[in-house]
Amino acid sequence: MEIVPLGDSALLLRLESDFEKDPARTLESILDATQRLKSAQIPGVIEFVPAYTTIAVFFDLVRMIDAGAPIDDVVGWLTTKIETVLRGVSKKKRSQAISRLVEIPVCYDSEFGFDFEEVARRANISSAEVIQLHTAAEYRVHCVGFTPGFGFLGGLDAKLATPRRATPRTEVPAGSVAIGGKQTGVYPIRSPGGWNVIGRTPLRMFDVEREPPTLLHAGDRVRFRSINRSEFDSLGK
Amino acid sequence: MAKVLRVGPQASVQDLGRVGHRAIGVGTSGALDPFAGRVANLLVGNDEGAALIEIALGNFRLRLEDERLITWCGGGFEVEITERKVPAGHTCLVGAGEEIAIMNAKTGCRAWLAISGGIDVPRVLESRSTDLRAAFGGFNGRSLRGGDELALGELPVAGREWMVLLREARLSSWSAPRAWASTSMHHSVLRFIRGTDWKDFCDQTHQALAEEKFTATQEADRMGVRLDGPELKRKETSDLLSEAVTPGTLQVPPNGKPILLLGDCQTIGGYPKIAHVITVDLPIAAQLRPGDEVRFRETSIAQAHSLLLKRERDLERFRIGLGLKVA
Repeated sequence: MEIVPLGDSALLLRLESDFEKDPARTLESILDATQRLKSAQIPGVIEFVPAYTTIAVFFDLVRMIDAGAPIDDVVGWLTTKIETVLRGVSKKKRSQAISRLVEIPVCYDSEFGFDFEEVARRANISSAEVIQLHTAAEYRVHCVGFTPGFGFLGGLDAKLATPRRATPRTEVPAGSVAIGGKQTGVYPIRSPGGWNVIGRTPLRMFDVEREPPTLLHAGDRVRFRSINRSEFDSLGK
Repeated sequence: MAKVLRVGPQASVQDLGRVGHRAIGVGTSGALDPFAGRVANLLVGNDEGAALIEIALGNFRLRLEDERLITWCGGGFEVEITERKVPAGHTCLVGAGEEIAIMNAKTGCRAWLAISGGIDVPRVLESRSTDLRAAFGGFNGRSLRGGDELALGELPVAGREWMVLLREARLSSWSAPRAWASTSMHHSVLRFIRGTDWKDFCDQTHQALAEEKFTATQEADRMGVRLDGPELKRKETSDLLSEAVTPGTLQVPPNGKPILLLGDCQTIGGYPKIAHVITVDLPIAAQLRPGDEVRFRETSIAQAHSLLLKRERDLERFRIGLGLKVA
């Protein structure tokens, strides 16, 4: 493990050296560490940002000093606290079985899937096979970011892997389901984007009026279900 | 109520930012210079986290429908209220129906306009800041436009007393320290600490960052400022996994032209991070406009913390001093 300052108000914990080798185990390790750090309630720590192999720990300097951190070595003080928390044995092992399963209905019609043909062409398979492969897999949310509620999903069938577009679109509609390299995901809000759009979900992936606002959290399991245009319309109401 | 009459390039409602939602991809937003926001709020008797208006590059006009105190902090703007000039960091009593004009900035980029009572927009995810990218928070989740009517909060006690005090003079004799109220500079120097990917860059690049001059390009908004200057080369060009970024992060895309991230930046990013501008220098970063020159100078994290603590203590003294104005 390496702990390095991320500016003067956060530390970046690099807990794992590689993600791709064993995504499932690495994800569990990061989620478990995040949970333990949260439970430890270290004074002055504000929030955590887990992402693949790292966790960023954001802190409020003044509160940390008030809690007894030495003014000239806040980083050392916090590092020791973090190491102590992470050295302990995890009491409860998170397991994949208890992760939430989120089902996302997707309409793969060409009206929504701007790059559907391109994905099928590159994979050299039929449209039906693209849908079959995309809906057959169970994915996991490896990381949330880019925009509010954007989940980077791992577990895409290798055949569907498609490089990002050379020129990103300046605007991708909210709900667009897309493939970027070996990952897939849903654009929760209208935003620029370079992934290959293959369909659209009528679900609101991110909604500040809802608690919690995002459908997807790191660690969640995800499945896509193919729907037709009229189901899309009725679900979207 | 305050009625927006005209908006130049951009204006939005912001507070000190949205904390605690980065894990679901929600960035902090907020005043790009939160310290200026705190100072401005204290000057009109508000809680330091009240919502205020951030104005980019000026050409902004607002009419108050009832009597309030106002102040502003930020770049080199000219601000007038019915032909009276209002210098930065002073408290000014504004009558019902009077108009506040924030003219084009001669230097710098942004101003923060605080009104006693604060802008009364609903809190979304515990903050009144506008998340412009995700279109929520602030005033209807968007930048302000001419014709917008902003509700104002109840007058704070301190503010009510100062209103009496300023009945004749209109403009306060007291003010915030100049360095807090006027933050734009001709030759900005931003102090940095080494980034989480510092070691991925060669010595020559480290040296270029610390010694050479960079220029803010046209690609500049609340998310960040792309800089032109010596190419910052990485030793290898392998892809990195995304990890957290934060305002002040200096990230380097493959073309070697660094981007300095500001308050509306994403929560995670995949570009290597060569450096992080320290918190006390973010006010200077928030004033960079296209064409401005900027240099970087390395400092230590202990120094960054000591400067930040000193500023907090100074602000606390300032707050106490302001309280004495009414006693």
